[in-house]
Amino acid sequence: MSSSKLESKIPEGSLEQKWTKYRSTVPLVNPANKRSLEIIVVGSGLAGSSAASTLAELGYKVKVFCFQDSARRAHSIAAQGGINAAKNYQNDGDSVYRLFYDTIKGGDYRAREANVYRLAEVSANIIDQSVASGVPFAREYGGLLSNRSFGGTQVQRTFYAAGQTGQQLLLGAYSGLQRQVGMGAVQMYARHEMLEVVKIDGVCRGIIARDLVTGKLERHFGHAVLLCTGGYGNVFFLSTNAMGSNVTAAWKAHKKGAMFANPCFTQIHPTCIPVSGDHQSKLTLMSESLRNDGRIWVPKKLEDAKAIREGKLNPNNIKEEDRDYYLERRYPAFGNLVPRDVASRAAKERCDAGFGVNTTGEAVYLDFAFNMKYKYGKIEATKKGIANPTEAQLKEFGHEVVKEKYGNLFDMYKQITGVDPYENPMMIYPAVHYTMGGLWVDYNLMTNVPGLYALGEANFSDHGANRLGASALMQGLADGYFVIPYTIGAYLSNEIRTKAISTDHPAFVEAEKSVADTINKLIGIKGTKSVDYYHKRLGKIMWDNCGMARNEAGLKKAIEEIRALRSEFWSNVRVTGAADEFNPELEKAGRVADFLELGELMCLDALQRNESCGGHFREEYQTEEGEAKRDDENFKYVAAWEMKELGNWELHKEDLVYENIKIAQRSYK
Amino acid sequence: MSEKLLNLTLKVWRQRNSKDKGGFETYAMKGVSTDMSFLEMFDVLNEQLINEGKDPVAFDHDCREGICGMCSMFINGRPHGPKQAVTTCQLHMRSFNDGDTITVEPWRAKPFPVIKDLVVDRSSFDRIISAGGFISVNTGNAQDANAIPISKEDADESFAAAACIGCGACVAACKNASAMLFVSAKVSQLALLPQGQPERDQRVLNMVAQMDSEGFGSCTNTGACSAECPKEISLSNIARMNRDYFGASIAGK
Repeated sequence: MSSSKLESKIPEGSLEQKWTKYRSTVPLVNPANKRSLEIIVVGSGLAGSSAASTLAELGYKVKVFCFQDSARRAHSIAAQGGINAAKNYQNDGDSVYRLFYDTIKGGDYRAREANVYRLAEVSANIIDQSVASGVPFAREYGGLLSNRSFGGTQVQRTFYAAGQTGQQLLLGAYSGLQRQVGMGAVQMYARHEMLEVVKIDGVCRGIIARDLVTGKLERHFGHAVLLCTGGYGNVFFLSTNAMGSNVTAAWKAHKKGAMFANPCFTQIHPTCIPVSGDHQSKLTLMSESLRNDGRIWVPKKLEDAKAIREGKLNPNNIKEEDRDYYLERRYPAFGNLVPRDVASRAAKERCDAGFGVNTTGEAVYLDFAFNMKYKYGKIEATKKGIANPTEAQLKEFGHEVVKEKYGNLFDMYKQITGVDPYENPMMIYPAVHYTMGGLWVDYNLMTNVPGLYALGEANFSDHGANRLGASALMQGLADGYFVIPYTIGAYLSNEIRTKAISTDHPAFVEAEKSVADTINKLIGIKGTKSVDYYHKRLGKIMWDNCGMARNEAGLKKAIEEIRALRSEFWSNVRVTGAADEFNPELEKAGRVADFLELGELMCLDALQRNESCGGHFREEYQTEEGEAKRDDENFKYVAAWEMKELGNWELHKEDLVYENIKIAQRSYK
Repeated sequence: MSEKLLNLTLKVWRQRNSKDKGGFETYAMKGVSTDMSFLEMFDVLNEQLINEGKDPVAFDHDCREGICGMCSMFINGRPHGPKQAVTTCQLHMRSFNDGDTITVEPWRAKPFPVIKDLVVDRSSFDRIISAGGFISVNTGNAQDANAIPISKEDADESFAAAACIGCGACVAACKNASAMLFVSAKVSQLALLPQGQPERDQRVLNMVAQMDSEGFGSCTNTGACSAECPKEISLSNIARMNRDYFGASIAGK
């Protein structure tokens, strides 16, 4: 039985009919009333920008907040590979059902059927909308849209714009947002950070935000507040997230009663540039699309791996039969295109066994030489009418094709590592990338706090225990363009008589005071260690104990260590500068303070989930072949945590019901 | 990844706020790894300053993978430093030599006032986009994405213009602080697509008007903008925008 506090509000009816029927029956707000309803959107990534512009188009009064200097900089911009949609333009058997099925299976049967089906249904509209707003997707010579493959699927349904799909989609959504700003329908607050949720009589009524330039605290009223604030991967310090990505908005909501769901479900992306040294500030992803053409391998012989690590052997000189293409070996059906969690664990397994290939022993090869020559080189040679091309010709022709497909990624790799990936195999290793967990939301994307919503990566709803590649962009835009504009009516239609509440209300005054107190406390500690010092230590605890593999003893130890670190932080951190000025150290300090609390909850969640599923791998629960071993009988639920006080959470369970999919062991063999 | 260590001298622009006059401070950096990015070197500098109880250097940065457009350092007289086609965050210390003195300033342009140290206010760019850098299509109005074929050439050229990250290096590089490359990249992206045609004339007129009112200078075809652009946005976009602008002006729209 699901906890009575968790009402998922999934509509009745058959899976195919739920959303269609719901859309047609959800209460509406008439245009005149929309003009007096105010909506606050926090975050300006794909979910935030698309939601804000669409809601403004509908006539609501919208305010948008982002901590960056412009809405266009949100970290959606960095998504590389693509966006999924069930268009079936390739005529290869795709359908709404198949996208739905792949997503549920990819998430290792820990996502809600109804939400995921809706996501698959609206996916096609996203592509239409984006093209209409001027997004220059890649096209074929005939002028039609091009597709490629991503992990965990056997169809080509990924739309892309070189390796910059997130950039193009976000700039499309951003331009729509700026259009509304220009018309005065949206008020934009860049360089503003949300620091508190304001609740009155149990209902969300606004936020406290800090103007990051002046340091001034501001009170903003809203009939509804939408958190579109992304994921919390930066709790690990090193991740592919932007430096500023943080959990603060979601965490403040959590502390004000919103439940946090499946916090331990984090995605470790298999293809990132390995760590180079202690100075490292972030990790860089190499798009999953590279796995279309790159083959992943390590040497078969331990002595070869050792010689490579010592710089005595060039990988290009290892013979074909001495290479272990371990993904192709272990998962012949999906090969290099297995889902991310599977690929990451397999890389760790090989490196732990001593086959890692860079100086740290934590890297595997992603090699393009084969496809460059024998796939693309051959095709180009045939086009040119060369029947028996030489190896050099194959390489030359293939080089051009690979450059066109992945040029910017290859350049980025070379810039960061100083190694030319056209000549040498790339070295890659898994890194923290995305968080499937997030604020618990119902079918309407509302948290359990009335009036408070969470969209995009900030919520938990669609990806279960593992997200498939090219599905984050899809979810962000689905939530913003096509879901919230409808579902928010269910709430706001009952709010039309609520007059805007004065921000002199005691609840606003009190919320602002608590924010000011926290800021003053942070600045007043005047300790000896920097914010980064604590962030790095927290990251190490999380990576070692709550990363790619977890176990009971490690998690228990981690909780103790995090608590100790948190108390040290609050007595010894040094935050330079003042509260009433532009102060990046203060911004960081507030965010790290929240990570120090979240980290504990993540470990607690990982500890209670005595099974392995998706990105959550508990060493105690694995099959003989080392695959994740789910326990559907006991853990087929969403773990939603209610904070009683810091260090004391109550677990609420939402049972997951599968009526349309036969739940099975996930196999990519 | 053969790491070497460098000893460097940094001359960094320090300015408390927009009203402060500002000036250079000199810092000695020892043992800088060639594997570090330029911003990671600033992380190390700031860690040093914090440990000494001094105010760390404020600088804009976020994604650190060359795409968000937030980082904005003027290094040795060039926006984003000495390398071609990279942002500051993608500039690595292996591009420098032991013993180098490196001068770091903020973008300098009247429409980009300094907020603190190396951080400037680029909101003028957002206002230019608000003036017309979009296609007016409300959510829900779109037809099937494959309904209008677009030649691969046009799509690719549009994409090349759309790759602009809005960092402002073009303005910083220009002796006139002109924003023509930034504006023309957006104008071109949309002018090359069939979806952009209905508003083509109005768009260019409105965006140029906003650009002028923000106080950006005129274009004198020097080409520094494109040469310093981390995304290698082509000068031909400016030519296209000029054509569109004159056409729209003559048509009296």
